[in-house]
Amino acid sequence: MRGTVRFFASLREAMGRSEVDWELPDGATVEALVTHLHQTLPGLSEWADRTWIAVNRRYASLEMTLQDGDEVALFPPVSGG
Amino acid sequence: MSDRLFEITAAPISVDEVSRRVSSPAVGAVVSFAGIVRGTNAGRQVRYLEYETYPEMAETTLAQIAEEIEARWPVEGVAIVHRVGRLEIGETSVIVAVASGHRQGAFEAARYAIDRIKEIVPVWKKECFEGGEIWIEGPEKPPDPH
Repeated sequence: MRGTVRFFASLREAMGRSEVDWELPDGATVEALVTHLHQTLPGLSEWADRTWIAVNRRYASLEMTLQDGDEVALFPPVSGG
Repeated sequence: MSDRLFEITAAPISVDEVSRRVSSPAVGAVVSFAGIVRGTNAGRQVRYLEYETYPEMAETTLAQIAEEIEARWPVEGVAIVHRVGRLEIGETSVIVAVASGHRQGAFEAARYAIDRIKEIVPVWKKECFEGGEIWIEGPEKPPDPH
């Protein structure tokens, strides 16, 4: 299965891109995707403890199982208002 | 001009205009909150702010905040509009308007709304100040899965 990851704000600037495609075996969790991204995107690990994760525009847990076509987003703690 | 209750926009926003979106004959009170771009922050002279958003998720989370309010207070309507892009000092970045039959719940709900915006809505500000720029980061704790 495959999908996209979108990056925002300071993390988007650090990654030098606003999105990347992902491909993982069926049944993979959010945690597996994060591990995969850390292996393929140099510099992401520096952001590990300051990165929030959403799947299909809702905050997600690491245990959540991904589905084909899911839109995942990684971004720093929000600062609106 | 829009009549949407939850909106992310790059255009200037007005308290009067957003308040009208929640008006109805059942309403006896509208409490509004406006966030304004401040000219100083942490000892820095701010030149302007650049707001970025994840627009599809931001509007989803604004609607979630309204659902949380409606579960706790007997309100007649909630509207929240957040502006993004470049904002100058003194411009309005966010407006909350809560309409209710009576004032007490409306005050509490408006306070709740702006606090929740700062916790869960995917909007970020980059502060451009004299001598540099910095991304502002918010709460330590990520929101619960929803």
